[in-house]
Amino acid sequence: MELLINVLAATVVAGTPLLLVALGELICERSGVLNLGQEGMMLMGAVAGFVATLTSGSLVVGVAAAIVAGVAMSLLFAFMAVTLAANQYAAGLSLTIFGIGLSAFVGAGFVGESIDGFTRVAIPVLSDIPVIGRVLFDQDPLVYVSLLAFAGVAVFLRHTRGGLLLRAVGEDPEAANANGLRVLVVRYLAVAFGGGMAGLAGAYLSLAYTPMWTENMTAGRGWIALALVVFATWRPERVLLGAYLFGAASILHLVLQGLGWNISTELLAMLPYVVTILMLVLLSWNPVRTHLNTPLSLGQPYRPGR
Amino acid sequence: MLLLERRPVDSTLMRWASPVLALTLTVITGFGLFLAMGKDPVEGLTFFFITPISDLIGLAELGLKMAPLLLCAAGLTVCYRARLWNIGAEGHFLMGALGASVVAVQLVDASGFWVLPVVLLAGIVAGALWAAIAAGLKTHLHCNEILTTIMLNYIALNLLLYAVHGPLKDPYGFGFPQSVMFGEAALLPDLIPGTRLHLGLAFGLLAAVSVWALFARSFIGFQLNVVGQDSRAAAFAGFSARRLTWFAFLVGGATAGLAGASEVTGPIGQLVPQVSPGYGYTAIIVVFLGRMHALGIIAASALLALTFIGGEMLQIAMNMPKATTGLFQGLLLFYLLTCDAFIHYRIRLNRPARQFIPKAAIAAAPEV
Repeated sequence: MELLINVLAATVVAGTPLLLVALGELICERSGVLNLGQEGMMLMGAVAGFVATLTSGSLVVGVAAAIVAGVAMSLLFAFMAVTLAANQYAAGLSLTIFGIGLSAFVGAGFVGESIDGFTRVAIPVLSDIPVIGRVLFDQDPLVYVSLLAFAGVAVFLRHTRGGLLLRAVGEDPEAANANGLRVLVVRYLAVAFGGGMAGLAGAYLSLAYTPMWTENMTAGRGWIALALVVFATWRPERVLLGAYLFGAASILHLVLQGLGWNISTELLAMLPYVVTILMLVLLSWNPVRTHLNTPLSLGQPYRPGR
Repeated sequence: MLLLERRPVDSTLMRWASPVLALTLTVITGFGLFLAMGKDPVEGLTFFFITPISDLIGLAELGLKMAPLLLCAAGLTVCYRARLWNIGAEGHFLMGALGASVVAVQLVDASGFWVLPVVLLAGIVAGALWAAIAAGLKTHLHCNEILTTIMLNYIALNLLLYAVHGPLKDPYGFGFPQSVMFGEAALLPDLIPGTRLHLGLAFGLLAAVSVWALFARSFIGFQLNVVGQDSRAAAFAGFSARRLTWFAFLVGGATAGLAGASEVTGPIGQLVPQVSPGYGYTAIIVVFLGRMHALGIIAASALLALTFIGGEMLQIAMNMPKATTGLFQGLLLFYLLTCDAFIHYRIRLNRPARQFIPKAAIAAAPEV
């Protein structure tokens, strides 16, 4: 039982960065914009958060800097993909390549430095619930932020006017425009939200998960999150579930090693990527379901009044 | 007010001016960056762009880095022309290096002219097989090729790491994760004696010429172009998207696999974990910068090869981080795509011209 609780708690921790970045991308894609730059924005968030925390001594400043960095990166993307109506695949890819380069450049002098990262803060009462309390409510503050973000996104999408507008823009920008909605403004906001969440996810890696900075420390999580959103058919609850599933896949090697299994670390490190491909394969069994749930204008640039 | 307006016809001038413009903007940004870091910008840019290629050894090093970029980019061009977003050149490259190494390690003591072709072929086959996974996932299971190829890149990297830490590890290598040195018969011959430049560059140039021939002279090249420009038209014409997808991916995998094989049998001579500094990803920039055209990608691969050695030069001479290379490449691609928007659009400074409607037309309009 003790082992199970520890494994579940570690799963939540490993799934949190994926949850954060996938929630941001979910909102972004619901507005019809596919941003493949998640990896680049996460890395910028990670390095900005780390450097800001190291120089200011404050984790809050670090988190703020990470969000700002993520938003700034996403605005570059928005300028290309929304304003200039560039190909979203190419623009997102360039954002990732740019982010990998820029983060490595900025962080070059900070490799090997260490900080005191986020520590666990148990929430009174809630953390006394058997099992769930220890798994969900005895974690670091950013885990709580991710849970709040999940609740916020879920409510926003289904039960608010803003969510309705966002979905309208993603489904049919022409019709939304005809109804007086500022399509480009909505898309800019959605992209910026995605950037902020990706920055936050990066900060989670460099301030909580492993409090340090190394080049490319996201290790493909941004890409996995993109697959996750598709797999979740653009629904927040499924994103939550999927993020923790991937969290479990990525800590499995630790569990197996703890149990005394002797499997090569490198082979087990493949697991999250293999699981991602398997998920995409699973999806193909029911293409209609995916197709019905895809925001209709996803990936297509919109030019008002052509 | 600035307005973006669709051009009636795409601008050919802009199509070719865009890479030059992007490079200029990148250099200007670099100039500012050196200033901001308190370094002499002229000296910095000289170290980056000119010093590395000011002698024969330097030019040979440029060719050395060009080879894998050109090979990967040639294969990616075939994919991108057909709008298949294969991001997997890095994975194909790593599998090519791994496949070639597995065979080369078995043939350490072998001699004869057949050894090298067999080793290279192993790399080609390994790269093509790796690409075939993504092709199959796309054609039969409709999986998005961007996501699958990226995931396959990470899996390939971990496979390679597993190999150098496990089965292929040199037992007398003092614990370093690397294979034994390959036998003499498995090494690529040098192109210029006294330098490290090897036959790989010739493979790269050959690949670029083949790509030109494919698109300029062959029916399958024409089909790929049509699929890329209008997949519906291609379907009406009866072109098999499935067959073309397989073709593009296998070519992409084979060329990148050959690049990986040439890298381990050329300058390195054994399998090491850091066999690629990201050639497969940089090749994506090469393809975009080279306008998916054979001559273009040759020029672009030379420029991006220069960013690798220029970055090393800056590290040695001016104590700049090695990541300068990645930053430069990222900036270049970013500016390129921004400039590319002006192939299709132009800027108007005022409001769009009002449509002139003749009075007769208004009078003739039916009552609502």
